[in-house]
Amino acid sequence: METFLTILLDGLQFSSYLFIVSAGLTIIFGVMKILNVAHGSFYAWGAYTAAFFIGKFSDMGMPDAMGFLIIIAAAIVVGLILGFVIEQGILKYMYHRDEVLIVLATFGLFLVLEDIILIAFGTDPYFAYQPMALLDSVELGGIIRDVYGLTLIAVAALVALGCWYLLNKTKWGTLLKAVIYDREMGISMGINVPLVYTLTFIGGAILGGLGGAYIAPTISVAPGLGTEVIVLSFAVVVVGGMGSIAGAAIGSIIIGILRALAVHELPQVELFVVFAVMAVVLVFRPEGLFAPAKPRKI
Amino acid sequence: MGNNAPILEVRDLLKTFGAVVAAKDINVDISRGEVVGIIGANGAGKTCFVNMVTGYLAPTEGSIKFEGKELVGLETRKITHSGISRSFQVSQVFHSMTVAENLMISIAIANNTAFDALRLMDTPELRQQLDAVLARYKLEAHRDSTVSALAQGVRKLLDIAMAVVSRPRILLLDEPTSGISVEEKFDFMDIVMDALKEDGVTVLFVEHDMEIVARYVSRVLAFYQGEIIADMPPKKALSDKKVQEFVIGKEHHKRKK
Amino acid sequence: MLEDKTSKFVLFGGVLIILAGAFAPNWIVNQFMFGFSRALAIVGLMVLWRTGLVSFGHAFYFGLGAYAVAILDIQLGVTDVFLRLLAGALVAGLAGFLLGFILRNYRDIFFAMLNTAISMVLFGIVVKTESLGSTDGFAISMSTIFGLAPETKYPLFVIITSVGVIAALLVNYYLKTTYGRLTTAIRDNEIRVEYLGFSVAHAIHLKYTISTILAGGAGALMAMSLGQVDPESMINWTVSGELVFVTILSGPGNVIAPFIGSLVFEVLRTYAFELAPQAWQLIMGATFLTIIFFLPGGIWSLLEKLGGRKNGK
Repeated sequence: METFLTILLDGLQFSSYLFIVSAGLTIIFGVMKILNVAHGSFYAWGAYTAAFFIGKFSDMGMPDAMGFLIIIAAAIVVGLILGFVIEQGILKYMYHRDEVLIVLATFGLFLVLEDIILIAFGTDPYFAYQPMALLDSVELGGIIRDVYGLTLIAVAALVALGCWYLLNKTKWGTLLKAVIYDREMGISMGINVPLVYTLTFIGGAILGGLGGAYIAPTISVAPGLGTEVIVLSFAVVVVGGMGSIAGAAIGSIIIGILRALAVHELPQVELFVVFAVMAVVLVFRPEGLFAPAKPRKI
Repeated sequence: MGNNAPILEVRDLLKTFGAVVAAKDINVDISRGEVVGIIGANGAGKTCFVNMVTGYLAPTEGSIKFEGKELVGLETRKITHSGISRSFQVSQVFHSMTVAENLMISIAIANNTAFDALRLMDTPELRQQLDAVLARYKLEAHRDSTVSALAQGVRKLLDIAMAVVSRPRILLLDEPTSGISVEEKFDFMDIVMDALKEDGVTVLFVEHDMEIVARYVSRVLAFYQGEIIADMPPKKALSDKKVQEFVIGKEHHKRKK
Repeated sequence: MLEDKTSKFVLFGGVLIILAGAFAPNWIVNQFMFGFSRALAIVGLMVLWRTGLVSFGHAFYFGLGAYAVAILDIQLGVTDVFLRLLAGALVAGLAGFLLGFILRNYRDIFFAMLNTAISMVLFGIVVKTESLGSTDGFAISMSTIFGLAPETKYPLFVIITSVGVIAALLVNYYLKTTYGRLTTAIRDNEIRVEYLGFSVAHAIHLKYTISTILAGGAGALMAMSLGQVDPESMINWTVSGELVFVTILSGPGNVIAPFIGSLVFEVLRTYAFELAPQAWQLIMGATFLTIIFFLPGGIWSLLEKLGGRKNGK
């Protein structure tokens, strides 16, 4: 029973940060048809920025609770700056080009952003344990869990709820859905598509940054973060169906639980299982388990 | 098989997309050497018929026999091998390649079986064939132009030339004159029909333009809501009441708009 | 098959490089070994790229080739350079042929993604398996040539260059066959190709298999040049990205392009690393973006312009 609960909670925590990151990735893909490799860097930038400032503020003797504010601020600042600069500076000029070529361009951006991290923050790892230490731990069904990890699940749920509300209950969401469904139709409806693109990209980038910033206190923030998370997010969105928020949720739960199960029961297959699932879904259901509706073109 | 037997026999063809019936009760025999016009309003099932004969769409029910051989269930390329070819309403050509390259690929594929495809493509014999096709379809002037830079009419001509190099015995033309100006359309059709007549190809073509139909075909199939409502010589068809009402009337109406 | 300009240039250039290598300092010989090993994989990716297909997972085949060498070495003590190369190319080619039955039906990002998934499966297995060397990988013993252990790197350099020449000639010939000409045509309009009577699936399957044999051979040669294998620099998705990077850098214009592109990449990497070890990826990424934006034909198109002649395709 305890093992089961541990696996479940580990899995959900893992799913949670995967979901936050992947939600950003999938929104960008859904609206702009861009598979953004640089999304991994948004995550890494979020993590580094949060860890750096949490450490700095703590050294200055500020209260540890400030950490939560820093996390949110880091996500927004990283998302706003990187999202705006990349969309306006580079991607804007590529929309008429081949989808695959845009993927390659974002790979180029990824390489650039990874190295700017090294230049800005150095190669030594950062530890920003303060917010996690602040929340302490609880006993839950016979096992000890740190509360911070549990709040991660809550944050993911909030993000999911927020996305759902935005898409289904606001005027903005209706416009967004129109563009997702059919770009041409969106344009003919008089939607300002360039503006939608810019805001979507920034929004997606903020989510990528938030994933990194929130996970930062639980890990050692070191080079290579973005490299790992981006392929995991690819697996999530592919499994769920590219461009679908519900898909990203289902995908991250499947991947998260499977990975936690593997870590506890059969550690050798920890990575294998994630990508095997991704490959199997691509082979048997290339549109993903939760593919968004497509307009009929003929 | 005697020469009098129909080259194409279509029996009880049915095609549905969910609740939508795109083709129903299609029964038709085509004789060798005939030139048949297929008319009908938009959505009447003309292109659907062409797509089924060429294997691009699988019929829900029914049979299509070409020289006695069942075509239903065969892939597009197998149907091309057996001797049926088609052109497209929107020309389907290799837009980043030149006219010569487009035709060379087409000729090479038509000449070769699978393993010959591992021999060099550009041979003197191929060049000869290329020159012949270019001359026959009056494409010499555009030989080295990239397709994306060509006028619509030239693209359509290329599209048809590419369909013919495999020496089909039946050729289906999907709206050959759409997108071609009124002044050019007869010249265009003369080039095409003369070339086809020389080879004795059986031709079925989908056409909106009744002037073209009246001038080139020996027989008309009129489609309405997926069914053939008239199968008769062009003169008779164009004055037929049902055809007037369901095909030409609608055409007229549409053109006016 | 050797009459055209490209073939003559490849033969002449190959002989020249082999001769010059005898007098070149060690570090230059090394650059050429790494560059030409990788170029083999790039030639295959170029064939796919011309067809409009980009694989973001060819490190799978590159890694298979490299690990085939390592495992043969450790398990059976095979050191012969030709056996090693053959094993790498065959293992990768066989895997590519089998997976090709699935991948030939995929296009665009789905093609890219499925390749990524497959390569990451292998990465996941190797990283977590002690007997496969885990994250550390293996060191590989020196390659022998007909039972002789060479004293210098020069013999291996000669072999790698020769393999490159042979591969370039073969692929150059292939690209002029009907099968090979069906690259741009498939990218432009698959429906038409099918209607002309050719199976797009078969054409792509062959191209894919060719690319995997070449990537496997490249991995094997790279493993022998480096004297070691490890998952991070042989199988991880960033390696696949690197291969695509060099492909775009080289340009699809000619089979010579991958060799030039790979050399430029090696030099770029070496110098970038020496000048600014923290920023070599930055320099590469920026180069990549520049090429995508301003030089879609890659280095080859630049050379073509400079040479002022249009080389036979």
